[in-house]
Amino acid sequence: MNTLLEIRHCKKSFDGKAVLKDISLTVEEGQVLSIIGPSGSGKSTLLRCATLLETMDGGDLIYNGVYAAKDQGGRAVYSPPPVLQKVRNTFGLVFQNFNLFPHYSVLKNIMEPPMLVQKRKREEVKEEAVRLLQQMGLSDKADAYPYQLSGGQQQRVSIARALAMNPKILFFDEPTSALDPELTGEILKVIRDLAARKMTMVIVTHEMNFARDVSDWVVFMNDGVIIEQGKPDEVIDHPTQDRTIQFLRRILEQ
Amino acid sequence: MTLMTMITKMGEGFGKTCAIFFLTLLFSLPLGMLVALLRMSKNAFVSSVTRGVISVLRGTPLMLQLLAVTYGPYYMFGMNVSRNKLIPVVIAFSINYAAYFAEIYRGGIESMPVGQYEASQVLGYTRFQTFMRIILPQVIKRILPSMTNEVVTLVKDTSMAFTVSYQEMFTIGKQIANSQTSFVPFVVAGAFYYVFNLLVDFGMGRLEKRLNYYR
Repeated sequence: MNTLLEIRHCKKSFDGKAVLKDISLTVEEGQVLSIIGPSGSGKSTLLRCATLLETMDGGDLIYNGVYAAKDQGGRAVYSPPPVLQKVRNTFGLVFQNFNLFPHYSVLKNIMEPPMLVQKRKREEVKEEAVRLLQQMGLSDKADAYPYQLSGGQQQRVSIARALAMNPKILFFDEPTSALDPELTGEILKVIRDLAARKMTMVIVTHEMNFARDVSDWVVFMNDGVIIEQGKPDEVIDHPTQDRTIQFLRRILEQ
Repeated sequence: MTLMTMITKMGEGFGKTCAIFFLTLLFSLPLGMLVALLRMSKNAFVSSVTRGVISVLRGTPLMLQLLAVTYGPYYMFGMNVSRNKLIPVVIAFSINYAAYFAEIYRGGIESMPVGQYEASQVLGYTRFQTFMRIILPQVIKRILPSMTNEVVTLVKDTSMAFTVSYQEMFTIGKQIANSQTSFVPFVVAGAFYYVFNLLVDFGMGRLEKRLNYYR
């Protein structure tokens, strides 16, 4: 299998407080990896480091063999901007609160990035955008503006926007946390469909049942370290570490 | 002097009033953006110097700045006072209004949610593309009401050009008022400004409506 993402010994502190303490992680092509853990465990920070929204203090960050950052004497040294720009082209990110562009129609939200950043032809991009909207069940919303859509619809548009860039990996940062409970299902369904199409995904989530059926690999984080990782059957159904057992008991009781 | 003659004479100066107004907007709108960007610079020296300049420009009377720009070069360097007063008047107005616009721009830019920058960055937009396509259009919508306020004030402030005897409408009105010992020219001037501002309000209202297609 082809390793798409490798994070080695990632360290990150905010104001002297260590948020990530030596995290290592690999993502293989076609894999669906879920990161679970209590809030404040560093999962979102890890995702932000992986997507270059945050810089690591130390460690390596390697996408498809290309170093975005390389550890030199305990300090993460980032590659020059053109390399980072190329690296950004290999992944997409779906935010917790969508972050659609409110002044653009749904169609323009999806079409502008590939046309502007990847210099692809309008006709070709439009064809793909229309197909993605259909896949998301939003064909009738192409000309709508984000404020006219429900949270679940906005999140599906943001997934389509990310997919239009043809990323090799798609990251999700708690994609259902900002949604009303009755709307989470439609997002989880979209992610399940993507998993069925062998899309490589890394998902930070609180939805344990969903993490169990959609992922091939589950990582449990606590206090900036990976406590346990493995198949969902191992980590979620038969955890071995006390911290994992406590966390799962607490979250499944709710 | 009949009312009609007064209106005609003052109307002749109205072109110069408009010149101050439009030229000031032409220069101060972009200059204000430059000042706002300097003010938000990560370089502490640049940002604090800019903050100081804005503070002086906003904290001293425009009338004083008008006098300083027009006669300052003469007193300081012995240079001739500009024959065409429009030049110093527009310079003073542009600099003064740029300071106000800069603070409005800054408020608008800083009110933008950080998620807009992050989404653009992840999608691969350059910083310039992010600013021009994602941030600026939304900032313009947000600041339009405050901008309308400033533009309305500018219309009325053009009357200050009388302090350096630039022959715009209000200066002429004041001269007529003095020579005729009449208050009527001031009423006429008031009417001119009021009608001008009705148009400004109408135009800005149209613009706001046009940007109302999203929230």
